[in-house]
Amino acid sequence: MIQDQKSKKGAVTGLLFIAIVLLLVVLLENLSAILPAGSVPAVLMPTSQLFTVLKKGAVYSLVAVSMNLLNGFTGLFSLGQAGFMLLGAYTYAILTVPVSAKDTVYYLYGGSAVNFSLPDLFGGVDTPAGLILGVLLAILLGGCVAALFAYLIGLPVLRLKSDYLAIATLGFAEIIRAIFQWQPLGPVTNGANMITQIPTFNNFNITDANGTVILRLSTFFPFLIAIICIVVIVMLINSSYGRAFKAIREDEIAAEAMGINLAKHKMLSFCISSFFAGVGGALFAMFVNNAQAKVYTSTMTYEILLIVVIGGIGSISGSCLATFLYVACAEWWLRFLDSATTFASPTAPNRIAFMVIFAVVVIGGSALLIHRERRGSNQVWKQTLVGLVAILLLGWLAWFAATGELTLPLLRTGFRMVAFSIIIMVVVLFFRQGMLGDKEFSDILFARRRNAGKEATK
Amino acid sequence: MLKIDELKVRYGGIEAVKGITFEVPERQIVTLIGANGAGKSTTLRTIAGLVKPAHGRIHLQGEDITGLSPDRIVSKGITMVPEGRHVFPDLTVLENLKIGAYLRHDDLEDDIKWVYDLFPRLKERSWQAAGTLSGGEQQMLAVGRALMSRPKIMMMDEPSLGLAPIVVKGIFDIIREINKQGVTILLVEQNANMALKTADRGYVLETGRITLTGSGQELLTNEDVKKAYLGT
Repeated sequence: MIQDQKSKKGAVTGLLFIAIVLLLVVLLENLSAILPAGSVPAVLMPTSQLFTVLKKGAVYSLVAVSMNLLNGFTGLFSLGQAGFMLLGAYTYAILTVPVSAKDTVYYLYGGSAVNFSLPDLFGGVDTPAGLILGVLLAILLGGCVAALFAYLIGLPVLRLKSDYLAIATLGFAEIIRAIFQWQPLGPVTNGANMITQIPTFNNFNITDANGTVILRLSTFFPFLIAIICIVVIVMLINSSYGRAFKAIREDEIAAEAMGINLAKHKMLSFCISSFFAGVGGALFAMFVNNAQAKVYTSTMTYEILLIVVIGGIGSISGSCLATFLYVACAEWWLRFLDSATTFASPTAPNRIAFMVIFAVVVIGGSALLIHRERRGSNQVWKQTLVGLVAILLLGWLAWFAATGELTLPLLRTGFRMVAFSIIIMVVVLFFRQGMLGDKEFSDILFARRRNAGKEATK
Repeated sequence: MLKIDELKVRYGGIEAVKGITFEVPERQIVTLIGANGAGKSTTLRTIAGLVKPAHGRIHLQGEDITGLSPDRIVSKGITMVPEGRHVFPDLTVLENLKIGAYLRHDDLEDDIKWVYDLFPRLKERSWQAAGTLSGGEQQMLAVGRALMSRPKIMMMDEPSLGLAPIVVKGIFDIIREINKQGVTILLVEQNANMALKTADRGYVLETGRITLTGSGQELLTNEDVKKAYLGT
């Protein structure tokens, strides 16, 4: 009884939180229109990186959570996420290219073999009904196609365990990618060319008769879909099915002895995870305005895996948090690593950003290392060494700040990825738990209340 | 209640159980004792459906359950406490118990209360991760979890494994208590002394065959059993 009340309270808090997030997103997106012209900071303009990050973050967090459902909660290590995203993206794109645009999009193949378009069936992309129904239906079908393929591939593959499952699913994703680029399938998949002219997030902006935007909803839409899907996943995890998934993760022998049908539940988890990856793929196609097979490489799966590991395997809120952090770093904050920057002006924003990040990394890293050594044996020289290196690095930073002009030696295209590789190594070596471990954000926030609950049950 | 006829189980070319026949009457405690590799655990795993028999039939209350899948067998009312406890380490005690009742869809409130009354220690540790419990507490949890499916027969594989004598005594007291409340028990043990003292009926297994049968008391005083298993 106590449990029911608690979960009801949690649900209300959760819904409230979601409503606030959605409201904030709408508000943030439309601030540029509300604020008097001229006083709008660059970051809030509709073309700002901020909104790219938010949109991509919403899409990726859904995919990351779907991967977490499989890897973190069911203990099945699958690397097929990009393949299922591809299926979702292509299903969405093929079904939503307007009939009038088919000839231009598929010009190499003399038109498309799919001679209808879902939005057109409901009155076209320009009508609200056609847009909303057509797009939602296409997204849903994208998920279903991904789930169907997951079922078929799962029949042989789910007998495998750990590494072997990862290899098989990775192979599956690569095969799917090759098949979708295959020339004879051109009339459907447009071969190796991208399918363009599909409805995107921007179609959801509400415009007046002249085409001026009245209300921007292009960030709101991916947030809404992603949040709905994540809520469904959370509800699944908290249901008895979710408990069975966790039981399989913890101990297959015991789970089977408790009457949990291993094959059935693994398949269920695999298909559901793939369904949401497919939905994520459809959203991703909307985000990049096209569907093209060569985008969905294993690199994309690794990106998602990186997010899941950093956020904490088995933590939904960790995955969401890590997604936005990762996407913001990759698309925005760490961009300066990709160009050989000369920090000429002492007040250049990227210079300040660099100095802050550098100082935080050095101080945080050394403090952590010294702390770890303290917990171990009392090897003073190690602590001293770490301290000295940290002081040297900080000294260099101070000198750099004082002289004001320096071209960093290593920065060039692709260095961002080196930085990410180092980050994941550090995470795996020192923070294997990730940011939140297998806890949820609410667990940490309401830790005291939960402890009080523990006392009460005694 | 549970009848095993001419059961044979093979692992590849090796025949682990070579045709055994025995019976577990309702509301009794029956024990299988024997050395390592005698086929005790294999017998239990076969009854639970985790291993498919090569030959022979298993009947529960007259119904043939040979070769059914493990989840079907649990829903028929046979549940197993696996050897080495196998609790779900990162789940809380309460979650562990709820998984025990996975195949049931009715209200669990009474059963959780029943298990907590049997094992007050578990109630204290309701929110604790099962992996942080002591060995004895984990064994209690494994038993409690099995009881949550409201079994007709509970099969236990070496409940005394790796536990201190005083804890073992506690576990066997609980087994008797559970039996008094109406659950039939099939017990596999290395600790022949404790098992035979508790059991109404005992079977001695040697390399896949039943070599001796009798009531618990008879076997305790049997010279061969004394020599081979009781060390007196």
